[in-house]
Amino acid sequence: MTPVNTLIAKELRCFVVSPVFYVVGAVFLFISGFLAHLMVVNAGQQALRFLQMQNTYAQLNLNELVFRPIFHSLAIVLIFLLPMLTMRLFAEERKLRTMELLLTSPIGINEIISAKFMSVLIIYLGLLGLTGLTPFVLSFYSTFHVDPILTGYLGLALQGAFFLSCGVLASTLTENQIVAAFLSFGIIIVFWLLGGLGSILGDTTLGAVISYLSFVEHFDRLVRGLLEAKDIVYYLSGTVLMLFIAHRVVDSHRWQ
Amino acid sequence: MISVQHITKRYGNHLAIEDVTFNVKRGEILGFLGPNGAGKTTTMRIITGFMPASEGTVQVAGFDCFEHPQEIKKRIGYLPESPPLYQELTVTEYLRFVGQLKRLPPSRVPGRMAQVIEQLGLGSVRHRVIGHLSKGFRQRVGLAQALIHDPPVLILDEPTIGLDPIQIIEIRDVIRGLAGSHTVILSTHILSEATAICDRVVIIDRGHIVAEDTPAQLSSRLRQSEKISLTVKHPPDNWRERLSTIPGVLQVIQGPTPETSIIEYELGQDLREDIAQFVVNQGVGLLELKPLSLSLEDVFLQLTQQDENLAHAQDASPSSHPSLPVENRTQA
Repeated sequence: MTPVNTLIAKELRCFVVSPVFYVVGAVFLFISGFLAHLMVVNAGQQALRFLQMQNTYAQLNLNELVFRPIFHSLAIVLIFLLPMLTMRLFAEERKLRTMELLLTSPIGINEIISAKFMSVLIIYLGLLGLTGLTPFVLSFYSTFHVDPILTGYLGLALQGAFFLSCGVLASTLTENQIVAAFLSFGIIIVFWLLGGLGSILGDTTLGAVISYLSFVEHFDRLVRGLLEAKDIVYYLSGTVLMLFIAHRVVDSHRWQ
Repeated sequence: MISVQHITKRYGNHLAIEDVTFNVKRGEILGFLGPNGAGKTTTMRIITGFMPASEGTVQVAGFDCFEHPQEIKKRIGYLPESPPLYQELTVTEYLRFVGQLKRLPPSRVPGRMAQVIEQLGLGSVRHRVIGHLSKGFRQRVGLAQALIHDPPVLILDEPTIGLDPIQIIEIRDVIRGLAGSHTVILSTHILSEATAICDRVVIIDRGHIVAEDTPAQLSSRLRQSEKISLTVKHPPDNWRERLSTIPGVLQVIQGPTPETSIIEYELGQDLREDIAQFVVNQGVGLLELKPLSLSLEDVFLQLTQQDENLAHAQDASPSSHPSLPVENRTQA
Protein backbone atom coordinates (compact mmCIF):
# COMPACT_ATOMS: atom_id res chain seq x y z
CA MET A 1 0.00 0.00 0.00
CA THR A 2 1.36 3.38 -0.90
CA PRO A 3 0.92 6.10 1.73
CA VAL A 4 -1.83 7.68 -0.39
CA ASN A 5 -3.84 4.47 -0.46
CA THR A 6 -3.21 4.06 3.25
CA LEU A 7 -4.58 7.50 3.90
CA ILE A 8 -7.62 6.88 1.67
CA ALA A 9 -8.32 3.63 3.51
CA LYS A 10 -8.04 5.36 6.87
CA GLU A 11 -10.40 8.16 5.80
CA LEU A 12 -12.95 5.64 4.53
CA ARG A 13 -12.64 3.76 7.82
CA CYS A 14 -13.34 6.99 9.71
CA PHE A 15 -16.35 7.72 7.52
CA VAL A 16 -17.80 4.28 8.11
CA VAL A 17 -17.77 4.77 11.90
CA SER A 18 -18.97 8.36 11.78
CA PRO A 19 -22.63 9.18 12.38
CA VAL A 20 -22.38 12.15 10.02
CA PHE A 21 -21.82 9.82 7.09
CA TYR A 22 -24.95 7.80 7.87
CA VAL A 23 -27.10 10.88 8.37
CA VAL A 24 -25.89 12.50 5.15
CA GLY A 25 -26.24 9.22 3.24
CA ALA A 26 -29.74 8.55 4.57
CA VAL A 27 -30.97 12.08 3.89
CA PHE A 28 -29.51 12.09 0.39
CA LEU A 29 -31.00 8.74 -0.56
CA PHE A 30 -34.34 9.55 1.02
CA ILE A 31 -34.58 12.84 -0.86
CA SER A 32 -33.58 11.29 -4.16
CA GLY A 33 -36.07 8.46 -3.71
CA PHE A 34 -38.83 10.79 -2.65
CA LEU A 35 -38.14 13.11 -5.62
CA ALA A 36 -38.28 10.15 -7.98
CA HIS A 37 -41.62 9.11 -6.48
CA LEU A 38 -43.06 12.64 -6.81
CA MET A 39 -41.90 13.02 -10.37
CA VAL A 40 -43.19 9.66 -11.46
CA VAL A 41 -46.62 10.31 -9.86
CA ASN A 42 -46.66 13.74 -11.47
CA ALA A 43 -45.79 12.23 -14.85
CA GLY A 44 -48.60 9.69 -14.44
CA GLN A 45 -51.14 12.44 -13.71
CA GLN A 46 -50.01 14.41 -16.72
CA ALA A 47 -50.38 11.34 -18.90
CA LEU A 48 -53.90 10.80 -17.59
CA ARG A 49 -54.86 14.41 -18.27
CA PHE A 50 -53.36 14.20 -21.73
CA LEU A 51 -55.39 11.04 -22.41
CA GLN A 52 -58.66 12.66 -21.25
CA MET A 53 -58.14 15.83 -23.30
CA GLN A 54 -56.78 14.41 -26.53
CA ASN A 55 -58.33 11.02 -26.22
CA THR A 56 -55.18 9.61 -27.71
CA TYR A 57 -52.27 7.79 -26.30
CA ALA A 58 -49.09 9.82 -26.42
CA GLN A 59 -45.61 8.74 -25.67
CA LEU A 60 -44.53 10.55 -22.48
CA ASN A 61 -41.11 12.10 -22.39
CA LEU A 62 -39.74 10.72 -19.13
CA ASN A 63 -36.44 12.49 -19.63
CA GLU A 64 -38.17 15.82 -19.43
CA LEU A 65 -40.87 14.97 -16.90
CA VAL A 66 -38.87 12.86 -14.45
CA PHE A 67 -35.12 12.90 -14.80
CA ARG A 68 -34.38 16.52 -15.55
CA PRO A 69 -36.23 17.81 -12.45
CA ILE A 70 -34.57 15.11 -10.33
CA PHE A 71 -31.11 16.11 -11.51
CA HIS A 72 -31.75 19.80 -10.86
CA SER A 73 -33.18 19.16 -7.41
CA LEU A 74 -30.36 16.83 -6.44
CA ALA A 75 -27.81 19.42 -7.52
CA ILE A 76 -29.33 21.81 -4.97
CA VAL A 77 -29.47 19.15 -2.28
CA LEU A 78 -25.74 18.59 -2.81
CA ILE A 79 -24.99 22.22 -1.93
CA PHE A 80 -26.25 21.52 1.56
CA LEU A 81 -25.18 17.94 2.08
CA LEU A 82 -21.66 17.73 0.69
CA PRO A 83 -20.15 20.32 3.07
CA MET A 84 -21.17 17.94 5.88
CA LEU A 85 -18.93 15.27 4.40
CA THR A 86 -15.91 17.50 3.86
CA MET A 87 -16.05 19.63 7.01
CA ARG A 88 -14.04 17.29 9.22
CA LEU A 89 -11.27 16.40 6.75
CA PHE A 90 -8.72 19.01 7.77
CA ALA A 91 -10.48 20.89 10.58
CA GLU A 92 -10.43 17.79 12.77
CA GLU A 93 -6.78 17.00 11.98
CA ARG A 94 -5.82 20.48 13.09
CA LYS A 95 -7.97 20.42 16.17
CA LEU A 96 -6.68 17.03 17.36
CA ARG A 97 -3.13 17.94 16.30
CA THR A 98 -2.88 14.86 14.11
CA MET A 99 -1.81 17.13 11.26
CA GLU A 100 1.58 17.05 12.94
CA LEU A 101 1.77 13.30 12.29
CA LEU A 102 0.85 13.68 8.62
CA LEU A 103 3.23 16.57 8.00
CA THR A 104 6.16 14.79 9.65
CA SER A 105 5.56 11.61 7.63
CA PRO A 106 7.28 10.96 4.31
CA ILE A 107 4.23 12.07 2.34
CA GLY A 108 3.74 15.36 0.49
CA ILE A 109 0.99 17.88 1.12
CA ASN A 110 -0.36 17.25 -2.39
CA GLU A 111 -0.64 13.55 -1.54
CA ILE A 112 -2.46 14.32 1.71
CA ILE A 113 -4.93 16.59 -0.08
CA SER A 114 -5.53 14.22 -2.96
CA ALA A 115 -6.02 11.29 -0.58
CA LYS A 116 -8.58 13.19 1.47
CA PHE A 117 -10.36 14.42 -1.64
CA MET A 118 -10.38 10.94 -3.20
CA SER A 119 -11.82 9.38 -0.05
CA VAL A 120 -14.74 11.78 0.10
CA LEU A 121 -15.25 11.50 -3.66
CA ILE A 122 -15.49 7.72 -3.34
CA ILE A 123 -18.13 8.11 -0.64
CA TYR A 124 -20.10 10.58 -2.74
CA LEU A 125 -19.91 8.52 -5.93
CA GLY A 126 -21.06 5.50 -3.96
CA LEU A 127 -24.14 7.37 -2.75
CA LEU A 128 -24.77 8.77 -6.23
CA GLY A 129 -24.45 5.29 -7.68
CA LEU A 130 -27.26 4.09 -5.40
CA THR A 131 -29.63 6.67 -6.89
CA GLY A 132 -29.07 4.91 -10.22
CA LEU A 133 -31.73 2.51 -8.95
CA THR A 134 -34.42 4.96 -10.15
CA PRO A 135 -33.58 4.88 -13.88
CA PHE A 136 -32.83 1.16 -13.58
CA VAL A 137 -36.28 0.35 -12.19
CA LEU A 138 -38.07 2.75 -14.54
CA SER A 139 -36.38 1.15 -17.54
CA PHE A 140 -38.50 -1.97 -16.95
CA TYR A 141 -41.78 -0.04 -17.21
CA SER A 142 -41.08 2.64 -19.75
CA THR A 143 -38.72 3.77 -22.43
CA PHE A 144 -36.56 6.86 -22.36
CA HIS A 145 -33.30 8.12 -23.83
CA VAL A 146 -30.31 6.79 -21.98
CA ASP A 147 -27.78 9.39 -23.17
CA PRO A 148 -29.20 12.40 -21.26
CA ILE A 149 -29.33 10.22 -18.13
CA LEU A 150 -25.66 9.38 -18.49
CA THR A 151 -24.63 13.00 -19.10
CA GLY A 152 -26.88 14.04 -16.20
CA TYR A 153 -25.06 11.63 -13.91
CA LEU A 154 -21.75 12.84 -15.29
CA GLY A 155 -22.91 16.38 -14.45
CA LEU A 156 -23.85 15.37 -10.89
CA ALA A 157 -20.52 13.59 -10.48
CA LEU A 158 -18.50 16.57 -11.75
CA GLN A 159 -20.58 19.10 -9.86
CA GLY A 160 -20.25 17.03 -6.70
CA ALA A 161 -16.49 16.80 -7.16
CA PHE A 162 -16.33 20.58 -7.50
CA PHE A 163 -18.45 21.10 -4.37
CA LEU A 164 -16.27 18.64 -2.47
CA SER A 165 -13.13 20.50 -3.49
CA CYS A 166 -14.71 23.73 -2.20
CA GLY A 167 -15.41 21.84 1.04
CA VAL A 168 -11.83 20.59 1.27
CA LEU A 169 -10.59 24.16 0.89
CA ALA A 170 -13.03 25.41 3.55
CA SER A 171 -11.90 22.67 5.92
CA THR A 172 -8.26 23.73 5.64
CA LEU A 173 -9.15 27.27 6.65
CA THR A 174 -10.41 26.59 10.16
CA GLU A 175 -10.17 24.26 13.14
CA ASN A 176 -13.91 24.37 13.66
CA GLN A 177 -15.98 21.87 11.69
CA ILE A 178 -19.19 23.92 11.83
CA VAL A 179 -17.37 26.98 10.52
CA ALA A 180 -15.86 24.81 7.78
CA ALA A 181 -19.31 23.57 6.75
CA PHE A 182 -20.78 27.07 6.57
CA LEU A 183 -17.75 28.39 4.77
CA SER A 184 -18.14 25.78 2.09
CA PHE A 185 -21.89 26.54 1.73
CA GLY A 186 -20.78 30.14 1.28
CA ILE A 187 -18.23 29.39 -1.42
CA ILE A 188 -20.64 27.14 -3.34
CA ILE A 189 -23.54 29.58 -3.06
CA VAL A 190 -21.36 32.39 -4.43
CA PHE A 191 -20.67 30.24 -7.48
CA TRP A 192 -24.39 29.54 -7.75
CA LEU A 193 -25.44 33.18 -7.51
CA LEU A 194 -22.86 34.19 -10.10
CA GLY A 195 -25.15 32.45 -12.59
CA GLY A 196 -27.99 34.85 -11.73
CA LEU A 197 -25.66 37.84 -11.95
CA GLY A 198 -24.43 36.63 -15.32
CA SER A 199 -27.95 36.42 -16.75
CA ILE A 200 -28.81 39.93 -15.46
CA LEU A 201 -25.73 41.30 -17.22
CA GLY A 202 -26.93 39.53 -20.35
CA ASP A 203 -24.92 39.29 -23.50
CA THR A 204 -22.03 41.54 -22.52
CA THR A 205 -18.49 40.16 -22.29
CA LEU A 206 -18.57 40.56 -18.52
CA GLY A 207 -21.89 38.74 -18.40
CA ALA A 208 -20.46 35.87 -20.42
CA VAL A 209 -17.39 35.62 -18.20
CA ILE A 210 -19.47 35.63 -15.02
CA SER A 211 -21.89 33.10 -16.41
CA TYR A 212 -18.97 30.89 -17.33
CA LEU A 213 -17.66 31.10 -13.76
CA SER A 214 -20.94 29.80 -12.37
CA PHE A 215 -21.73 26.11 -12.55
CA VAL A 216 -25.40 26.76 -13.37
CA GLU A 217 -25.22 26.83 -17.16
CA HIS A 218 -22.58 24.10 -17.36
CA PHE A 219 -24.75 21.77 -15.33
CA ASP A 220 -27.84 22.71 -17.33
CA ARG A 221 -26.18 21.69 -20.60
CA LEU A 222 -25.07 18.36 -19.20
CA VAL A 223 -28.56 17.61 -17.86
CA ARG A 224 -30.04 18.43 -21.24
CA GLY A 225 -27.76 15.79 -22.71
CA LEU A 226 -25.20 18.07 -24.30
CA LEU A 227 -21.70 16.78 -23.80
CA GLU A 228 -19.31 19.64 -24.45
CA ALA A 229 -15.62 19.85 -23.63
CA LYS A 230 -15.87 23.34 -22.15
CA ASP A 231 -18.24 22.19 -19.42
CA ILE A 232 -16.02 19.31 -18.43
CA VAL A 233 -12.97 21.58 -18.52
CA TYR A 234 -14.85 24.02 -16.27
CA TYR A 235 -15.52 21.42 -13.58
CA LEU A 236 -12.11 19.83 -13.70
CA SER A 237 -10.23 23.14 -13.65
CA GLY A 238 -12.45 24.47 -10.86
CA THR A 239 -11.84 21.35 -8.76
CA VAL A 240 -8.09 21.44 -9.34
CA LEU A 241 -7.97 25.16 -8.53
CA MET A 242 -9.78 24.67 -5.20
CA LEU A 243 -7.48 21.80 -4.25
CA PHE A 244 -4.46 23.86 -5.24
CA ILE A 245 -5.55 26.73 -2.98
CA ALA A 246 -6.11 24.19 -0.20
CA HIS A 247 -2.53 23.02 -0.75
CA ARG A 248 -1.25 26.58 -0.37
CA VAL A 249 -3.29 27.03 2.81
CA VAL A 250 -1.96 23.85 4.42
CA ASP A 251 1.57 24.77 3.41
CA SER A 252 1.18 28.26 4.86
CA HIS A 253 0.17 26.81 8.24
CA ARG A 254 3.64 25.36 8.53
CA TRP A 255 5.11 28.85 8.50
CA GLN A 256 2.93 30.22 11.25
CA MET B 1 23.64 12.13 13.31
CA ILE B 2 21.73 15.34 13.89
CA SER B 3 23.33 18.65 13.20
CA VAL B 4 21.46 21.85 13.96
CA GLN B 5 23.27 24.91 12.64
CA HIS B 6 22.38 28.48 13.61
CA ILE B 7 18.62 28.07 13.38
CA THR B 8 16.41 31.04 14.07
CA LYS B 9 12.62 31.03 14.01
CA ARG B 10 10.47 34.12 13.93
CA TYR B 11 6.70 34.27 14.27
CA GLY B 12 5.97 37.72 12.92
CA ASN B 13 7.91 39.99 15.25
CA HIS B 14 8.26 37.39 17.96
CA LEU B 15 11.59 35.61 18.06
CA ALA B 16 10.94 32.04 19.20
CA ILE B 17 14.51 30.77 18.97
CA GLU B 18 17.67 32.53 17.90
CA ASP B 19 20.92 31.11 16.56
CA VAL B 20 20.50 27.66 18.09
CA THR B 21 23.37 25.30 17.26
CA PHE B 22 24.05 21.82 18.57
CA ASN B 23 24.99 18.35 17.39
CA VAL B 24 23.85 14.93 18.48
CA LYS B 25 26.05 11.89 17.97
CA ARG B 26 24.75 8.51 16.83
CA GLY B 27 23.31 6.51 19.71
CA GLU B 28 23.27 9.44 22.10
CA ILE B 29 20.33 10.59 24.23
CA LEU B 30 20.18 14.35 24.32
CA GLY B 31 17.99 16.10 26.84
CA PHE B 32 16.46 19.35 25.80
CA LEU B 33 15.81 21.27 28.92
CA GLY B 34 14.12 24.56 29.54
CA PRO B 35 11.17 26.29 31.14
CA ASN B 36 7.84 26.29 29.31
CA GLY B 37 7.90 28.57 26.30
CA ALA B 38 11.68 28.48 25.97
CA GLY B 39 11.59 27.20 22.38
CA LYS B 40 11.94 23.45 22.89
CA THR B 41 8.92 22.49 20.82
CA THR B 42 9.79 24.96 18.08
CA THR B 43 13.29 23.52 17.76
CA MET B 44 11.94 19.97 17.64
CA ARG B 45 9.34 20.85 15.04
CA ILE B 46 12.03 22.31 12.85
CA ILE B 47 14.17 19.17 13.14
CA THR B 48 11.22 16.94 12.21
CA GLY B 49 10.42 19.07 9.17
CA PHE B 50 6.99 20.05 10.48
CA MET B 51 7.92 23.69 10.04
CA PRO B 52 10.86 25.35 8.30
CA ALA B 53 13.36 27.54 10.12
CA SER B 54 13.53 31.23 9.26
CA GLU B 55 17.30 30.92 9.11
CA GLY B 56 19.87 28.16 9.47
CA THR B 57 19.90 24.51 8.47
CA VAL B 58 19.28 21.11 9.99
CA GLN B 59 20.90 17.90 8.83
CA VAL B 60 19.72 14.46 9.89
CA ALA B 61 21.78 11.40 8.91
CA GLY B 62 23.55 13.55 6.34
CA PHE B 63 20.36 14.75 4.63
CA ASP B 64 19.60 18.43 4.45
CA CYS B 65 16.17 19.54 5.62
CA PHE B 66 15.55 21.70 2.56
CA GLU B 67 16.92 19.35 -0.11
CA HIS B 68 15.68 15.96 1.12
CA PRO B 69 12.84 16.52 3.59
CA GLN B 70 11.24 13.15 2.77
CA GLU B 71 14.46 11.23 3.47
CA ILE B 72 14.66 12.92 6.87
CA LYS B 73 11.02 12.22 7.64
CA LYS B 74 11.50 8.50 6.89
CA ARG B 75 14.28 8.35 9.48
CA ILE B 76 12.56 10.22 12.30
CA GLY B 77 10.05 8.98 14.81
CA TYR B 78 8.29 11.92 16.39
CA LEU B 79 6.12 12.15 19.47
CA PRO B 80 4.62 15.65 19.61
CA GLU B 81 3.54 17.34 22.82
CA SER B 82 0.03 15.97 22.46
CA PRO B 83 0.14 12.52 20.87
CA PRO B 84 -1.40 12.61 17.37
CA LEU B 85 -4.09 9.95 17.83
CA TYR B 86 -7.20 9.19 15.82
CA GLN B 87 -9.90 8.65 18.41
CA GLU B 88 -12.04 6.35 16.26
CA LEU B 89 -9.34 3.80 15.37
CA THR B 90 -8.29 0.85 17.49
CA VAL B 91 -4.68 0.63 18.66
CA THR B 92 -3.74 -1.99 16.05
CA GLU B 93 -5.52 -0.14 13.23
CA TYR B 94 -3.74 3.04 14.20
CA LEU B 95 -0.30 1.48 14.41
CA ARG B 96 -0.78 -0.28 11.07
CA PHE B 97 -1.85 3.04 9.54
CA VAL B 98 1.19 4.89 10.88
CA GLY B 99 3.53 2.08 9.82
CA GLN B 100 2.24 2.23 6.26
CA LEU B 101 2.27 6.02 6.27
CA LYS B 102 5.94 5.95 7.28
CA ARG B 103 6.65 3.62 4.33
CA LEU B 104 7.53 0.61 6.42
CA PRO B 105 7.73 -2.38 3.99
CA PRO B 106 4.39 -4.30 4.19
CA SER B 107 6.14 -7.54 5.16
CA ARG B 108 7.61 -5.87 8.25
CA VAL B 109 4.39 -4.23 9.46
CA PRO B 110 2.92 -7.14 11.50
CA GLY B 111 6.28 -7.93 13.11
CA ARG B 112 7.00 -4.35 14.12
CA MET B 113 3.46 -3.94 15.44
CA ALA B 114 3.82 -6.98 17.67
CA GLN B 115 7.21 -5.69 18.83
CA VAL B 116 6.11 -2.18 19.86
CA ILE B 117 2.90 -3.49 21.45
CA GLU B 118 5.08 -5.79 23.55
CA GLN B 119 7.69 -3.09 24.24
CA LEU B 120 5.14 -0.58 25.52
CA GLY B 121 2.80 -3.01 27.27
CA LEU B 122 -0.17 -2.34 25.01
CA GLY B 123 -1.22 -5.98 24.67
CA SER B 124 -4.30 -5.64 26.85
CA VAL B 125 -5.70 -2.68 24.88
CA ARG B 126 -4.66 -3.58 21.35
CA HIS B 127 -8.23 -4.03 20.10
CA ARG B 128 -9.69 -1.08 21.97
CA VAL B 129 -10.65 2.21 20.37
CA ILE B 130 -8.09 4.91 21.18
CA GLY B 131 -10.79 7.39 22.20
CA HIS B 132 -11.65 5.13 25.15
CA LEU B 133 -8.12 4.76 26.52
CA SER B 134 -6.71 6.43 29.63
CA LYS B 135 -4.15 9.18 29.34
CA GLY B 136 -1.28 6.89 30.25
CA PHE B 137 -2.19 4.42 27.53
CA ARG B 138 -2.64 7.20 24.98
CA GLN B 139 0.82 8.49 25.75
CA ARG B 140 2.18 4.98 25.26
CA VAL B 141 0.32 4.58 21.97
CA GLY B 142 1.89 7.91 20.97
CA LEU B 143 5.33 6.55 21.75
CA ALA B 144 4.51 3.30 19.91
CA GLN B 145 3.58 5.41 16.90
CA ALA B 146 7.00 7.08 16.98
CA LEU B 147 8.76 3.70 17.18
CA ILE B 148 6.69 1.68 14.71
CA HIS B 149 8.94 2.18 11.67
CA ASP B 150 12.09 1.54 13.71
CA PRO B 151 13.58 4.96 12.96
CA PRO B 152 17.25 5.65 13.74
CA VAL B 153 16.30 9.05 15.16
CA LEU B 154 13.62 9.74 17.77
CA ILE B 155 12.33 13.16 18.71
CA LEU B 156 10.21 13.01 21.85
CA ASP B 157 8.47 16.12 23.11
CA GLU B 158 7.85 15.68 26.85
CA PRO B 159 7.35 11.91 26.62
CA THR B 160 6.46 11.37 30.28
CA ILE B 161 3.99 14.21 30.71
CA GLY B 162 0.70 13.22 32.30
CA LEU B 163 1.86 9.79 33.41
CA ASP B 164 1.82 8.38 36.92
CA PRO B 165 5.16 7.66 38.65
CA ILE B 166 5.17 3.96 37.76
CA GLN B 167 4.41 4.67 34.14
CA ILE B 168 7.12 7.35 34.11
CA ILE B 169 9.68 4.81 35.25
CA GLU B 170 8.49 2.32 32.62
CA ILE B 171 8.68 4.87 29.80
CA ARG B 172 12.11 6.03 30.96
CA ASP B 173 13.29 2.43 30.87
CA VAL B 174 11.97 2.06 27.33
CA ILE B 175 13.79 5.24 26.25
CA ARG B 176 17.01 4.23 27.97
CA GLY B 177 16.74 0.86 26.23
CA LEU B 178 16.81 2.68 22.90
CA ALA B 179 20.19 4.29 23.58
CA GLY B 180 23.02 3.01 21.45
CA SER B 181 20.85 1.76 18.61
CA HIS B 182 18.83 4.98 18.35
CA THR B 183 19.66 8.65 18.51
CA VAL B 184 17.18 10.37 20.78
CA ILE B 185 16.34 13.98 21.50
CA LEU B 186 13.84 14.42 24.27
CA SER B 187 12.55 17.58 25.79
CA THR B 188 11.50 17.96 29.36
CA HIS B 189 11.15 20.55 32.03
CA ILE B 190 11.66 17.94 34.73
CA LEU B 191 15.33 18.16 35.60
CA SER B 192 15.63 14.85 37.40
CA GLU B 193 14.36 13.19 34.25
CA ALA B 194 17.19 14.68 32.23
CA THR B 195 19.71 13.52 34.85
CA ALA B 196 18.19 10.04 34.87
CA ILE B 197 17.99 9.40 31.12
CA CYS B 198 20.24 11.70 29.17
CA ASP B 199 23.88 11.41 28.16
CA ARG B 200 24.00 15.11 27.52
CA VAL B 201 21.74 18.07 28.15
CA VAL B 202 21.18 21.29 26.29
CA ILE B 203 19.63 24.00 28.41
CA ILE B 204 17.57 26.48 26.48
CA ASP B 205 16.04 29.63 27.89
CA ARG B 206 14.07 32.27 26.01
CA GLY B 207 15.17 30.96 22.64
CA HIS B 208 18.89 30.77 23.39
CA ILE B 209 21.10 27.88 24.37
CA VAL B 210 22.58 28.75 27.76
CA ALA B 211 24.52 25.57 28.43
CA GLU B 212 25.41 22.23 26.86
CA ASP B 213 27.20 19.38 28.63
CA THR B 214 26.75 16.12 30.51
CA PRO B 215 24.58 16.48 33.62
CA ALA B 216 27.56 15.67 35.90
CA GLN B 217 29.91 18.15 34.30
CA LEU B 218 27.31 20.86 34.25
CA SER B 219 26.91 20.67 37.99
CA SER B 220 30.64 20.45 38.72
CA ARG B 221 31.41 23.29 36.32
CA LEU B 222 29.13 25.67 38.10
CA ARG B 223 30.25 24.71 41.55
CA GLN B 224 32.42 27.36 43.15
CA SER B 225 33.24 25.52 46.40
CA GLU B 226 32.91 22.06 47.93
CA LYS B 227 30.09 21.62 50.38
CA ILE B 228 29.62 19.03 53.04
CA SER B 229 26.63 18.38 55.26
CA LEU B 230 27.39 17.42 58.84
CA THR B 231 24.88 16.14 61.39
CA VAL B 232 25.77 15.60 65.04
CA LYS B 233 23.70 14.34 67.98
CA HIS B 234 24.37 17.07 70.57
CA PRO B 235 25.60 20.28 68.94
CA PRO B 236 27.19 22.39 71.73
CA ASP B 237 26.87 26.17 71.93
CA ASN B 238 28.78 28.14 69.32
CA TRP B 239 29.22 24.87 67.42
CA ARG B 240 29.41 26.56 64.05
CA GLU B 241 32.06 29.01 65.23
CA ARG B 242 34.10 26.11 66.50
CA LEU B 243 33.75 24.34 63.16
CA SER B 244 35.03 27.37 61.27
CA THR B 245 38.32 27.10 63.15
CA ILE B 246 39.20 23.98 61.14
CA PRO B 247 41.94 25.05 58.69
CA GLY B 248 40.64 25.46 55.13
CA VAL B 249 36.98 26.01 56.04
CA LEU B 250 35.50 29.06 54.34
CA GLN B 251 32.07 29.23 55.85
CA VAL B 252 29.70 27.27 58.07
CA ILE B 253 25.99 27.74 57.80
CA GLN B 254 22.96 26.25 59.48
CA GLY B 255 21.45 23.25 57.67
CA PRO B 256 17.78 22.29 57.49
CA THR B 257 17.73 21.15 61.17
CA PRO B 258 19.58 22.61 64.20
CA GLU B 259 21.75 19.48 64.31
CA THR B 260 22.89 19.92 60.74
CA SER B 261 25.56 22.29 59.52
CA ILE B 262 26.72 22.95 55.97
CA ILE B 263 30.48 23.38 55.79
CA GLU B 264 31.90 25.09 52.74
CA TYR B 265 35.57 24.80 51.80
CA GLU B 266 37.75 25.57 48.83
CA LEU B 267 37.40 23.67 45.60
CA GLY B 268 40.02 20.98 45.08
CA GLN B 269 40.64 20.33 48.78
CA ASP B 270 39.35 17.34 50.68
CA LEU B 271 38.67 18.22 54.32
CA ARG B 272 36.41 15.27 55.07
CA GLU B 273 39.00 13.45 57.14
CA ASP B 274 39.94 16.58 59.10
CA ILE B 275 36.31 17.36 59.82
CA ALA B 276 35.57 13.84 60.95
CA GLN B 277 38.59 13.85 63.24
CA PHE B 278 37.59 17.22 64.71
CA VAL B 279 34.01 16.11 65.39
CA VAL B 280 35.12 12.86 67.04
CA ASN B 281 37.60 14.75 69.25
CA GLN B 282 34.82 17.08 70.37
CA GLY B 283 32.69 14.07 71.38
CA VAL B 284 29.38 15.48 70.14
CA GLY B 285 28.15 12.26 68.50
CA LEU B 286 28.81 12.16 64.75
CA LEU B 287 25.66 11.01 62.94
CA GLU B 288 26.22 11.88 59.32
CA LEU B 289 28.82 13.40 57.05
CA LYS B 290 28.02 13.66 53.35
CA PRO B 291 29.26 15.71 50.41
CA LEU B 292 26.66 17.89 48.70
CA SER B 293 26.78 18.09 44.91
CA LEU B 294 25.01 20.73 42.91
CA SER B 295 21.85 19.22 41.46
CA LEU B 296 20.67 19.99 37.98
CA GLU B 297 17.95 22.09 39.58
CA ASP B 298 20.58 24.38 41.05
CA VAL B 299 22.44 24.54 37.76
CA PHE B 300 19.29 25.34 35.94
CA LEU B 301 18.21 28.06 38.32
CA GLN B 302 21.68 29.50 38.36
CA LEU B 303 21.84 29.64 34.59
CA THR B 304 18.40 31.03 33.96
CA GLN B 305 18.74 33.56 36.75
CA GLN B 306 22.15 34.68 35.57
CA ASP B 307 20.49 35.22 32.26
CA GLU B 308 17.83 37.32 33.90
CA ASN B 309 20.39 39.38 35.81
CA LEU B 310 22.28 39.82 32.58
CA ALA B 311 19.18 41.10 30.87
CA HIS B 312 18.54 43.52 33.73
CA ALA B 313 22.13 44.73 33.64
CA GLN B 314 21.90 45.35 29.94
CA ASP B 315 18.61 47.15 30.31
CA ALA B 316 20.05 49.41 32.98
CA SER B 317 23.24 50.41 31.20
CA PRO B 318 23.61 49.16 27.65
CA SER B 319 27.29 50.12 27.44
CA SER B 320 28.49 48.35 30.58
CA HIS B 321 29.82 44.83 30.16
CA PRO B 322 28.22 42.24 32.39
CA SER B 323 30.60 40.43 34.66
CA LEU B 324 29.93 37.04 33.07
CA PRO B 325 30.11 37.20 29.28
CA VAL B 326 27.70 35.00 27.34
CA GLU B 327 30.56 33.20 25.59
CA ASN B 328 31.86 31.84 28.88
CA ARG B 329 28.62 30.15 29.64
CA THR B 330 27.72 28.76 26.29
CA GLN B 331 31.07 27.44 25.19
CA ALA B 332 32.96 26.55 28.33
